[in-house]
Amino acid sequence: MRHLLSTGDLSRDEATLVLDTAAELAQVGDRSVKKLPTLRGRTVVNLFYEDSTRTRTSFELAAKRLSADVINFSAKGSSVSKGESLKDTALTLQAMGADAVVIRHSASGAAHRLATWVDGSVLNAGDGTHEHPTQALLDAYTMRERLGRLDGLRVAVVGDILHSRVARSNVLLLTTLGAHVTLVAPPTLLPVSVDTWTCEVSYDLDDVLPKSDVVMMLRVQAERMRDSFFPSVREYSRNYGLDGARLARMPEHAIVMHPGPMVRGMEIAAEVADSPRCTVTAQVANGVSLRMAVLYLLLGGS
Amino acid sequence: MRVRKSTQGDAEGVAEPSPEVPDGTRAVLDGNEINRALTRIAHEVLERTKGGGDVTLLGIPSRGVPLARRLAQRIGRVEDLAVPVGSLDITMYRDDLRSAPVRALGRTEIPGGGLDDRVVVLVDDVLFSGRTVRAALDALGDLGRPRAVQLAVLVDRGHRELPIRADYVGKNLPTSLRENVTVRLEETDGHDAVLLGPSRPPSGASRDGGLRPGAPGPRPGSTEGNA
Repeated sequence: MRHLLSTGDLSRDEATLVLDTAAELAQVGDRSVKKLPTLRGRTVVNLFYEDSTRTRTSFELAAKRLSADVINFSAKGSSVSKGESLKDTALTLQAMGADAVVIRHSASGAAHRLATWVDGSVLNAGDGTHEHPTQALLDAYTMRERLGRLDGLRVAVVGDILHSRVARSNVLLLTTLGAHVTLVAPPTLLPVSVDTWTCEVSYDLDDVLPKSDVVMMLRVQAERMRDSFFPSVREYSRNYGLDGARLARMPEHAIVMHPGPMVRGMEIAAEVADSPRCTVTAQVANGVSLRMAVLYLLLGGS
Repeated sequence: MRVRKSTQGDAEGVAEPSPEVPDGTRAVLDGNEINRALTRIAHEVLERTKGGGDVTLLGIPSRGVPLARRLAQRIGRVEDLAVPVGSLDITMYRDDLRSAPVRALGRTEIPGGGLDDRVVVLVDDVLFSGRTVRAALDALGDLGRPRAVQLAVLVDRGHRELPIRADYVGKNLPTSLRENVTVRLEETDGHDAVLLGPSRPPSGASRDGGLRPGAPGPRPGSTEGNA
């Protein structure tokens, strides 16, 4: 494994190795010295063309806990605003000796292009509406941690599938790991090619919830929408939002996940977001261990 | 692990020559001798630490861990004392990470009371270059501040590359750099034995057994079964 561009590239063994490694590295967060010397002298560049809080800080902390040097680069305040292309920016960073580039970009496929230009490892931290592999991996990690297994798990992914890179990465990864995914969304928020995905599709949240071990709520990405995809926020929330009453109809053990940022009152009610069955903060904490695992597995060897 | 598959289920630690001693190798210690060595080390630990009240045993994966557990059992039998046992994975502290494909991590389990002010006895199967122990000492420094750190090994095969020595040794085994020491334990391989054989030919991934003493964590034992 040299790059992490898509969860579809991971075999079951590789994905399990990432999760197991993350489980070991999670202990580092509980120690008095929260640092390992493993990536001393390596340089990780965070190349962020889109806004991000969780993912960028999580990658930065993960790289620092492994003793790598971290350079944060965001499009705002750089030569990108003067018109520099992705390729030239990448080659500049390469010339400075970056061993790994973590990239977030609004164009689907940006990470893949970058991987053909630079020598180091490329980690996709979200490319357009395509993929967000580390998010899917940390989701799988959180499910395994909370529910003890992934094989045979029934996962409902609810919301704006059309604009979601998290949904695609999760469907690919969870299928590889033996879970059954059902996408739930209004027809307008499903991609055209969804019938080729390895999952089921439903338009009825109330039908899917009682049969799910995990429900993953996705934010409606208004910033990517140029058309109107549903009549009103209120109607969307009524049909596809998770409130207390809906949560009560789920199995006892079922958990609620959200990749963040949450919009309370839209896809998730405040009482659900604050319930102990909601794993949002656990997902953030697990994100650091998971990204440490990925950085170690990509950069740790020869 | 072909070895484990072929021998699991029969022989309970009794060295049966045919399937367990492959061609070209010879058994240096059999199951009973390993047991006796561990019993002696258990007594030595109790003597040297004045009763073992502050002792924490940490096995280095993979084969150091079952050895540490066996030592704890024996100490418990002799002194009626429950010694905390854990494991300490040193992979992230190795100095040769970049010279080999990425390695899977072992388990690190620090017993409940922590390591501060304890007498930590590191336990490993083979002491060779000393680099594994160097890595373990670095790892310990990040986990706490033991009052003292000691080292127990089943086999000391010599060829140190660092100023490190063992406090407790099961058997001193003079070897040539061209030889390969393999420790097999019932918990990991289905039977107990220490084997001495010629090193494997320098092909592919299995190179770092006997040919390259520079490899920290000599661990010829741990690579053998996977080869």
